[in-house]
Amino acid sequence: MSMREQSPVSVGLFVTCLVDTMRPSVGFAAVRLLEAAGCAVSVPRQTCCGQPAFNSGDRATTRALAEQMITAFETFDYVVAPSGSCAGMIKTHYPELFVGEPDWMPRVERFCAKVFELVSFLADVRGVTHVAAAYEGTVTYHDSCSGLRELGIQAQPRQLLASVAGLTLAEMPDSDVCCGFGGTFCVKYPDVSNAIVEKKAANIVASGADTLLAGDLGCLMNMAGKLQREGRSIRVRHVAEVLAGIGDTPPIGQPRPSAAGLGEAGQGRKP
Amino acid sequence: MSVHITSPDFKANARKALADAPLQQALAKVGPGFIGKRAAAADKLPEFKALRDSARDIKNHTLAHLDLYLERFETKARAAGGHVHFAVDAAQARDIVLDICRQLGAKTVTKGKSMISEEIALNDHLEANGIEPVETDLGEYLIQIRGEGPSHIIAPAIHLNKEQVEADFRRVHADLPPERNLSEPTALLAEARGKLRERFLAADVGITGANFLVAETGTSIIVTNEGNGDLTQTLPKAHIVLASLEKLVPTLEDVSQLLRVLARSATGQEMSVYTTFSTGPRRADDLDGPGEYHVVILDNGRSGMLAGQFREMLRCIRCGACMNHCPVYHAVGGHAYGWVYPGPMGAVLTPSLIGIEKGRNLPNASTFCGRCEQVCPVRIPLPKLMRNWREKEFERHLTPATQRYGLAFWAFFARRGWLYRPATRAAMAVLALAGKARGRFSKLPLAGGWTQYREFPAPEGGTFQAQWAARTSAQKSAR
Repeated sequence: MSMREQSPVSVGLFVTCLVDTMRPSVGFAAVRLLEAAGCAVSVPRQTCCGQPAFNSGDRATTRALAEQMITAFETFDYVVAPSGSCAGMIKTHYPELFVGEPDWMPRVERFCAKVFELVSFLADVRGVTHVAAAYEGTVTYHDSCSGLRELGIQAQPRQLLASVAGLTLAEMPDSDVCCGFGGTFCVKYPDVSNAIVEKKAANIVASGADTLLAGDLGCLMNMAGKLQREGRSIRVRHVAEVLAGIGDTPPIGQPRPSAAGLGEAGQGRKP
Repeated sequence: MSVHITSPDFKANARKALADAPLQQALAKVGPGFIGKRAAAADKLPEFKALRDSARDIKNHTLAHLDLYLERFETKARAAGGHVHFAVDAAQARDIVLDICRQLGAKTVTKGKSMISEEIALNDHLEANGIEPVETDLGEYLIQIRGEGPSHIIAPAIHLNKEQVEADFRRVHADLPPERNLSEPTALLAEARGKLRERFLAADVGITGANFLVAETGTSIIVTNEGNGDLTQTLPKAHIVLASLEKLVPTLEDVSQLLRVLARSATGQEMSVYTTFSTGPRRADDLDGPGEYHVVILDNGRSGMLAGQFREMLRCIRCGACMNHCPVYHAVGGHAYGWVYPGPMGAVLTPSLIGIEKGRNLPNASTFCGRCEQVCPVRIPLPKLMRNWREKEFERHLTPATQRYGLAFWAFFARRGWLYRPATRAAMAVLALAGKARGRFSKLPLAGGWTQYREFPAPEGGTFQAQWAARTSAQKSAR
């Protein structure tokens, strides 16, 4: 791993509410990757960036959560999140919430300038080109929409995955097309969301990969949930887990090996 | 054709569309048909991105001085011998058209493709008054004989398959020999052409839309691929142009820039096959052309958009790229949106024109994937504008109660970290325990929308923040 020689930069890790609650191992993977890239990682007390409120039209709640977020994280050199969606929310949308407020705006802009999504931070800011990890398998990578279109994350994860020993990348068709998650969209319009994730699942299967990776837990839960409902055995993980070489956690939606015997019996739904 | 509004029933419309096998077969061709061609056309033109900026700037400039350009257009069109009519709403526009038709004793009206005609439900009005409208764009002709509205703004019959068209032609063209072979698209096209040719020659009035109105010359411009627009507007006694007020552009120079992004964004063509400029009626030394030239400029709520946060929507040049790239449109097609304008542009424009009460589903039915904004030739921030509608909806308490309470419940905790952390920790402990054996759930209370179609993964157990706090305190005590 290439590392800068300067004194460690301070990084406030915004784990995101989904990783915090659903899959803490992604947070620990992020810590491992950031520390290996010469960062001193802190985890200030945190809740949510406000995106669910923002996309539901609730500006007042969004604004309150944005202030909470800025206050908690603004002392660090960088703020890093293992999610393009949450990082994009902060970096590209927070300024909209403070338009016409000269006492806030410069502070918000200073803050947003140091917010990054994890993998692009490693590659673009820390200059990481290789990771010390191994993964036996063929993976396919889904480009989550916000990370791709708001933050330009496309080459970075593929570049770092290429350095993982034993890993083969097999692109799926339309890897840059939405998986149908869309935050609350997936429960507000479940039929439409399902139609979209069905196409995504077919593309994932068509790649021939045994593992699906992406950089956003929401999308991953959606795709994993669909693949498993279809009885597919494709493993689903956050890209940070593979880059950090954390393989002891079961894939998303899979039981811990000790309990596996019980669980696998109950899901005989192979197509 | 009917413009009965079913946008409030978007969910039911979508379910119906998803279960409609021929529709799904037709929709499967939308993405592959348009996306690659647009990308290839854009990639071939190094200045395409700069042209999009320029297109955006031209439209912004025009909107900032719209009053000036409208007056200029009116003056110039009149000087060329044309008539300009301003219509505040759909009813007024319909009456203006009907009056012109009546004064000419019109019985048959041919029509080039016009979304404004759909917006004001002109065909119904003409028919109710004893005038027969005949759509001459092939797609519009197909949906007219089926009694449907358009499902796409540039490909109105994209929801149909060849077999359906053949069946419709056999039903409607009952005078033709039943044993004729219609299995090839070219045969269908030839038959439509033959049928329409009779109508072109019989028409008293021709109605077209406009892609642009040019202020400096008083010219209206249409782009087509079939040539039907030219026959519609040159053969009859009068040519009526239907246009909404945001079609204005200052100069011919501006139009030539906009044309460079329009066809590339729409169909991936460098230029459409026909780009027709019309200025005034037939002059004394012209070989052909209409005796009268009328332009009906429709407001229908747009001047209200000029002053508000949806102004940027008025830049739209109706290329259809947003819907061609939209995963929701690909899934359900255009009719599910329930009115005239589908896809992302419809999700922003429709609530502006029919009200957020009826249109609220449309800006909500988006994943905000951002692909529409990525391809919009005039860089309309469509997701942002859809979000603005959601804000208006929320402010006016139109959001469904379950969503509102759910959001308030979540926000209560998210704003109080000292409560959020123990609460999420406890909730995740319960969920993790319940889901430990299988690692996921097939059913979960309050998550029916999710588990109806997908498994829900069980959380690992223990929040990251709690584990991190335990880890750091253990490290401290170890020191």
